[in-house]
Amino acid sequence: MSDEKFKEAKARYESAVNKGLEKRPERCKTFSTGGGIPIERLYDPDSAAHRDYTESVGFPGYYPFTRGVQSTMYRGRFWTMRQYAGFSTAEDTNARYRYLLEQGTTGLSVAFDLPTQIGYDTDHPMAAGECGKVGVAIDSLADMEILFDKIALDKVTTSMTINAPAAILLAMYIAVGEKQGIPAEKLGGTIQNDILKEYIARGTYIFPPAPSLRLITDIFDFCGKNVPEWNTISISGYHIREAGSTAVQEVAFTLADGIAYVQAAKDKGLDPNKFGRRLSFFFNAHNGVLEEVAKYRAARRLWAHIMKDRFGVTDPTAQMLRFHTQTAGCTLTAQQPENNVIRVTLQTLAAVLGGTQSLHTNSKDEALALPSEKSVEVALRTQQIVAYESGVTNTVDPLAGSYVVEALTDQIEAGAAEYIKKIDELGGMLAAIEKGYPQKNIQDAAYDYQKSIESGDIVVVGVNKFQTNEDDAAGMKLLRVDSSVGDRQIAKLKKLRETRGDAWKSRLDDVRKAARDEHTNLVPVILDAVRVYATEGEICGVLREEFGEYKENIVL
Amino acid sequence: MASLTDKALAGDPRAVARLISMAENRDEGLDSLMKELYLAPSAGKAWVVGVTGSPGAGKSTLTDKLIEQLRAKGERVGVLAVDPSSPYTGGAILADRLRMQRHTDDSGVFIRSLAARGSLGGLSRGTREGVLILDACGFDVIIIETVGVGQSEIDIMRVADSVCVVLVPGLGDDVQAMKAGIMEIADLFVVNKADKQGADRLVNEVRAVLEFLQNKDWVPTIDRTVAETGDGVPSLVENLERHREYAKARGRERERARMRARIEDIIVDRLSLQASKLLEAKEAEILPAVMDRKLDPYSAADMILAE
Amino acid sequence: MPDKKIRIVVAKPGLDGHDRGAKVIARALRDAGMEVIYTGLRQTPEQIVTTAIQEDADGIGISILSGAHEFYFRRIIELLKEKNASDVIVFGGGVIPEQDVPALLKMGAGAIFGPGTSTVTAVDWIKKAVSEKDAVKA
Repeated sequence: MSDEKFKEAKARYESAVNKGLEKRPERCKTFSTGGGIPIERLYDPDSAAHRDYTESVGFPGYYPFTRGVQSTMYRGRFWTMRQYAGFSTAEDTNARYRYLLEQGTTGLSVAFDLPTQIGYDTDHPMAAGECGKVGVAIDSLADMEILFDKIALDKVTTSMTINAPAAILLAMYIAVGEKQGIPAEKLGGTIQNDILKEYIARGTYIFPPAPSLRLITDIFDFCGKNVPEWNTISISGYHIREAGSTAVQEVAFTLADGIAYVQAAKDKGLDPNKFGRRLSFFFNAHNGVLEEVAKYRAARRLWAHIMKDRFGVTDPTAQMLRFHTQTAGCTLTAQQPENNVIRVTLQTLAAVLGGTQSLHTNSKDEALALPSEKSVEVALRTQQIVAYESGVTNTVDPLAGSYVVEALTDQIEAGAAEYIKKIDELGGMLAAIEKGYPQKNIQDAAYDYQKSIESGDIVVVGVNKFQTNEDDAAGMKLLRVDSSVGDRQIAKLKKLRETRGDAWKSRLDDVRKAARDEHTNLVPVILDAVRVYATEGEICGVLREEFGEYKENIVL
Repeated sequence: MASLTDKALAGDPRAVARLISMAENRDEGLDSLMKELYLAPSAGKAWVVGVTGSPGAGKSTLTDKLIEQLRAKGERVGVLAVDPSSPYTGGAILADRLRMQRHTDDSGVFIRSLAARGSLGGLSRGTREGVLILDACGFDVIIIETVGVGQSEIDIMRVADSVCVVLVPGLGDDVQAMKAGIMEIADLFVVNKADKQGADRLVNEVRAVLEFLQNKDWVPTIDRTVAETGDGVPSLVENLERHREYAKARGRERERARMRARIEDIIVDRLSLQASKLLEAKEAEILPAVMDRKLDPYSAADMILAE
Repeated sequence: MPDKKIRIVVAKPGLDGHDRGAKVIARALRDAGMEVIYTGLRQTPEQIVTTAIQEDADGIGISILSGAHEFYFRRIIELLKEKNASDVIVFGGGVIPEQDVPALLKMGAGAIFGPGTSTVTAVDWIKKAVSEKDAVKA
């Protein structure tokens, strides 16, 4: 901006500030976002002068989608309020789902217990002590039938946090649909199906990279033909951020994972214009509202560029980055847990201002235990208050044009592109993971963060400042899953094994044969096996024998 | 009550572990225990294999697969996995055994992680004495896994009967650029991650260097492995076994040099300990004079040694 | 002893893959001059205890966020007793409700470090506990 009046006003402001600083210095010498991006005192028209609006910001629903993937956003309809839930047995979780639907949740999100996530039946020795703890235990189609009892699968969309055994759980969902008389093409939902971030940050991997990528691309292919409304993958930065990454790293490593999946599917002969439409993403929402909003906007723009320029994608739907958000579990404190409600509110606001397609809000007690029904309700209400009362939903991308938000959007995009370039130089994300590159970066950031809290450079209210001596959790009713859940589940499994007949045996042989032949799609074969009640652990067992197991790569 | 050595010789893993700690800690009570161990009837039988190479070469994964193969042959296997200590804090994160953890359920395997503890790349005392301890306690094979830097290359020859040097393509393990030392200590070369690009070139480079060694009575072998899957490991084990026989037949000449080195190590250790003590006792008295340049450090040393 | 170092096994028992805390504490202990044996994910109680014995560790630090803490603490402490290694200190952290802590301490855990604990607190506690343990032995 070259306007004389502007220049004069700016000069006056700056000299006044500089004079004032001697008497009243600012709180810190320098300011930065939680992720370390420097924050200036003031952003003004000068910081936007170089930006071409149409090129870099544009209009919602149009390339490069900086302002959102739909043209009317929340004026049309709100995001899907999707609360991640699951614990104990299928019966207990089914009851929780029905409660959530009554309370106005608009989508289900299944949390599986660790044995299910890692492909062990509940009676496997490695499953001891874990049944039903962090999610619901699913051993076979019989459990899945109970999980969705009296929930019509054509009336809800369901997201399933399942990765290494994603094909099996998807197959069970399809089979439940069949029993309800709902064809696969009518089913809507998402499987996480993102193995790379398991290697990097979350740890529930089973198989080595090559067969894992084959399973993923088999799912892309199968769903493209049979379950067209299904989001075949949720490429997740959430857990990368939880593991300690910065916002820039979250975007960079997530999109780098995305690049690896698109490349793998392309190499298999699939058309990115087609499968690209069913890719979805999953990000974290932290307290730093401005940085987070900029992060989502930057991620959308960068992904659109990647799909268009790197992969030659022309279909706009396949260039769009659609994402789910979850508020940041790692920001919740065990101290003064009521404060977590406020943190979650800020995070919700950030996700909504950033244009999320669906959202899970954490409950205040999650640093202490699994959330109780009461605290889940407050978490859901938080979303509803932002949706119905805050007014930020009445206009599209309200923070666009904010000098600071646009500047941060540019900086996050550039920072992430820099990491992606480095990953390309290392030979792509698989090679980078093998070398421990993303892991090391995340661990360094996590350790720096811990040190900053201990030095007081970062303030966490109630933890390193404004502490009280009260018993923080006193009076809070925490949800507990007792060990009898495991015994009950094992008894159920035993009964199933006795009553299911023998058909599963030959279906398992078919799975083994398919595993050996790269050109056979594994999903239909797995579907046949789950229909006759082959268990998840049995199917994964066969695949473990054929594919081997991944061993983590530690760089400390 | 049975003594620590009795317990260790009887196979109590806690006692074995404690003895190794005493060695690491330079515990003064250790020497007398080591005397017993050295003369124990079970001692002196182990085959000591060194596995050395750059960080990231896959040594731990390879060791994991070697353990598997050796156990299948009924050998009891001890592993000493050495990692560097932080020069600033003296602390260390020892994560090599992570890749071998499945063997912890097998009482025929004993794995011990050792931090280098200021031994500047050489083998730590814990490693040298650790071999002796595991040997006396009935382990048939002892694998020392160590990063091939600095002095440890030479040290490993003094301790191991068979030395495997692990190379990988794409890690800058360019044979031409490699220090002469590491090429000379190898009895066996392993090109690991042999499914990666550049493996053929690396094998050829090693082969080219070996041309010059044709006159030796043992020409180092070259094995291609993919430790992750176990591919190529059986052939490596065969070559190792051949070298084991060769080493046995090599006779007393190398053994003599090795024992000489061990005695020298012990003398140096003791003298250096003594030196520290002498210095400590006189330090307060003599140091200020040297710092004020009233006394030269050479005369100071004479004075301390004269005690 | 001229060169005694505190040795701690840092382990993730069970199937829980959240290792941010385990890795942060591993680094903090190293930076405090300790030797940390890091076993990685999916360790059984048997593996953890055998590791502690072979490594002659002074302590075992376990990190659990899956809610299965009671099961793993109990089993690890039992196994240490069975193997005459009760002197090995057991401590832990993760998502462990305050209400569960007394039971874990009664079982024989030395300390539970809840969310928000400073690494300095953990380091100081370990140093003190190890020196008390060594004094008893001597």
